[in-house]
Amino acid sequence: MKFGQPSTLPRWAQLTVLPVLNLLAALLVTGLVTWLIGEDPWECLQLLVSGAFGSGEGIGYTLFYTTGFIFTGLAVATAFHAGLFNIGGEGQAYLAGLGVTLVVLAFDHTLPPMVLVPLCILAAMGFGAAWAFVPGWLQAKRGSHIVVTTIMFNFIAYSLMLYLIGHHLIEAGSQNPTTREFGQASWIPAIHQVAAGMGISLPSTPLNLTFVMALLACGLFYLLVWHSRWGFQLRTVGVNESAARYAGINVSKTIILAMCVSGALSGFAAINELLGSTHRMNVSFTNGVGFVGIAVALMGRNHPVGIILSALLFGGLTQGGLELSFEKPVITREMIIFIQGLIILFCGALENLFEPFIAGLFKRKEDK
Amino acid sequence: MTDFAIELNGICKRFGAVQANRDVSMNIAKGSIHGIIGENGAGKSTLMSILYGYYQADSGSIAVDGKTVRIRNSQEAIRLGIGMVHQHFMLVDNFTVLENIVLGAEGGLLLKQGLAKAREHLQALNRDYSLEVDPDAIVGELGVGLQQRVEILKALYRGADVLILDEPTAVLTPQEADHLFCILRALREQGKTVILITHKLREVMDITDAVSVMRAGTVVGNVRTADVDKEKLADLMVGRKVTLKVDKAERAPGAAVLDVRQLCLTDARGVKLLDDLNFQVRAGEIVGIAGVSGNGQSELLEVLAGMLEPTSGEIRYQGTDLLQEKSTQPRAALYRRKGIAHVPEDRSREGLVKSFPMFENAILGYHDDKSVSKGGLYSRQALLARTRDFIRQFDIRPDNAQLRVGLLSGGNQQKVVLAREIHANPDLLLIGQPTRGVDIGAIEFIHKRLVELRDAGKAILLVSVELEEILALSDRILVMAGGQISGEVAAREADTVSLGLLMGGHKQ
Repeated sequence: MKFGQPSTLPRWAQLTVLPVLNLLAALLVTGLVTWLIGEDPWECLQLLVSGAFGSGEGIGYTLFYTTGFIFTGLAVATAFHAGLFNIGGEGQAYLAGLGVTLVVLAFDHTLPPMVLVPLCILAAMGFGAAWAFVPGWLQAKRGSHIVVTTIMFNFIAYSLMLYLIGHHLIEAGSQNPTTREFGQASWIPAIHQVAAGMGISLPSTPLNLTFVMALLACGLFYLLVWHSRWGFQLRTVGVNESAARYAGINVSKTIILAMCVSGALSGFAAINELLGSTHRMNVSFTNGVGFVGIAVALMGRNHPVGIILSALLFGGLTQGGLELSFEKPVITREMIIFIQGLIILFCGALENLFEPFIAGLFKRKEDK
Repeated sequence: MTDFAIELNGICKRFGAVQANRDVSMNIAKGSIHGIIGENGAGKSTLMSILYGYYQADSGSIAVDGKTVRIRNSQEAIRLGIGMVHQHFMLVDNFTVLENIVLGAEGGLLLKQGLAKAREHLQALNRDYSLEVDPDAIVGELGVGLQQRVEILKALYRGADVLILDEPTAVLTPQEADHLFCILRALREQGKTVILITHKLREVMDITDAVSVMRAGTVVGNVRTADVDKEKLADLMVGRKVTLKVDKAERAPGAAVLDVRQLCLTDARGVKLLDDLNFQVRAGEIVGIAGVSGNGQSELLEVLAGMLEPTSGEIRYQGTDLLQEKSTQPRAALYRRKGIAHVPEDRSREGLVKSFPMFENAILGYHDDKSVSKGGLYSRQALLARTRDFIRQFDIRPDNAQLRVGLLSGGNQQKVVLAREIHANPDLLLIGQPTRGVDIGAIEFIHKRLVELRDAGKAILLVSVELEEILALSDRILVMAGGQISGEVAAREADTVSLGLLMGGHKQ
């Protein structure tokens, strides 16, 4: 009998104790660095948390960022279940933004919102999927490694968009590399507007109905991956390609389709940003949402509940970090990215750092 | 000084809920061949992994040459003079024998000096034990038997006094196995200690001086080989009386279900893996394919199951050539729908997804079955109901349909695959190594089910490297060697000697 490396930790501990410890470790290192640059770590932490969750406005912004992270997290998780590491969420969201922008610029003065918005969503999904299709096809048919191709496709997307915005989509007469403002028909209603319609008063934030779509997507994701025929094929290909071949599953088709679904999900991050908040496209609108998605999926263990929680963490960190750097000029935006990086390092790359130690504790308890 | 090379005292090892070794004690005499026999999952390999430093025992102690030691990794084991020949060879195919042997023990900065010194040493070893290995041969070009001797040389080169061999004959022809035993006897004469892990009773009787019998993680007997017989050992291993024979009535086969004509498969390098195969399998007949593993049997099964495209030839199934059929789905799915079920040779890599629960493995390959899904979503109830049927009919243990399949024993895993494939009510069953890594109790059960299927008029193509299994089950036996069929024998007339010769490539 051969054993791999069976984890001796109970499942609940794997899902709760480890992530919490990892998070604490990341915070500890952050605190140390904060202290080194001459700030009080405890005060900074308080500012960070209250900035993210301390006010209605803070919560609204936090959930707005969370929305994008949920979608890119789901995107990475979908590919991951097929055994693919899709690093290209950023580029896919970028290209999805192009799809949205083209539709809006063409139709925002002619089509009613009820037609225009769904059309924009389809365009985002289509462009995102198409940008993911190529690496997927190359992986399935030519064996080009998906990690390499998706990274390269991020660069291509960035250069392409820079060119397109700078030379073709830029608002006439403008010096800034942005498009003109989108017509109101394309705007996705903000939550505070919807709430106002129902007589509830909420602070004005960019949090919009895309958030509801994100929660729905999590439910659909769960059904699709764990209860549908397609999900069964997806997971079989992901963990054991030989078994998939034995079972008569079309492996390359599954891989390509998984990448397309992944790209389409990334596309929603563009919807959230462009139609929900900025109402125009600029060169840096994705702002790392695709990369954070990798961390979100890793930390959320590719499960929708985990993804919602970790997206919330990163959403809070983004919002709280902005507040913090506003209060404490020493803590720059780079510092916040540094903290995010630490969390990704501890929760993603080093997720089993404390496992042997905790497993030892559990074993001693059992032996007693 | 003591007379024991190795003393194991009260070794315990647990993996999660599985107690792999429980209070295992045995003494292995210096200069003896000591057999460790037991069903798969009895804890033999775990015990040896502890001795070789791969795992740490939870409790208990190990003494080498009378001195209590702690073996934390395989380097320490080697330093203590323990060598191991793995079931799966740890060799670099495109290195020479010499290079493989010095690998990891190059001694010094410059490779050349090390190699020259190693060559001398190697020639001495070669002479002492009549191993007959050419130090300059490329390992990948050697046969399995010779590669195994390279592994033995490797261990001896590192100064092993105690040699552990893990199921060494699984990949050998009977003749090669005999040669191996000669070598082991030579080692014993030179004062080396040999530990032979096996589940083959015949080998234990032939060559060992003493035997430890393991069952369910514990030692149920430490005996001198001269004091026992095969039946006694089998009873000890299984813990109850077993019949090693299969009851099978003569039966006239029906029409041909499978008719293979001029089937060829050539790989990318131009090597003929399947070379002009012609044979039939008729309804109500078990056709056994014997052969040393790696002679085209695996490829034949994969071609017939639609997982590999043959280069040329015909696969006539119930009158029509399957290779002419057009399909948008993969061929494996098409063949399965036509009633060809397949129990693959490598069940843990192909036949099952180990990390999936039993109820998902129950539909692998039949995942498009309309009876378990509604509108693209599976009905969990239907899946569980089907799995519980399997558990009941095949006595799968533990009887928990939600359990990850990887946690089942080899025998129970095989039962899951078999239950699934038989449930589809196939006309042709392709089955590879049905009892590899399966305990004796389950072997009996699986053999009975296969004979039942045959009696129900199904055609069965059985590939196995276990000659005893082929002889017990088959109505007709084909022998494969070098991608060709080297002979056909009626089961009544076959015996191990004549089959062994055919397996070695001697044509009829």
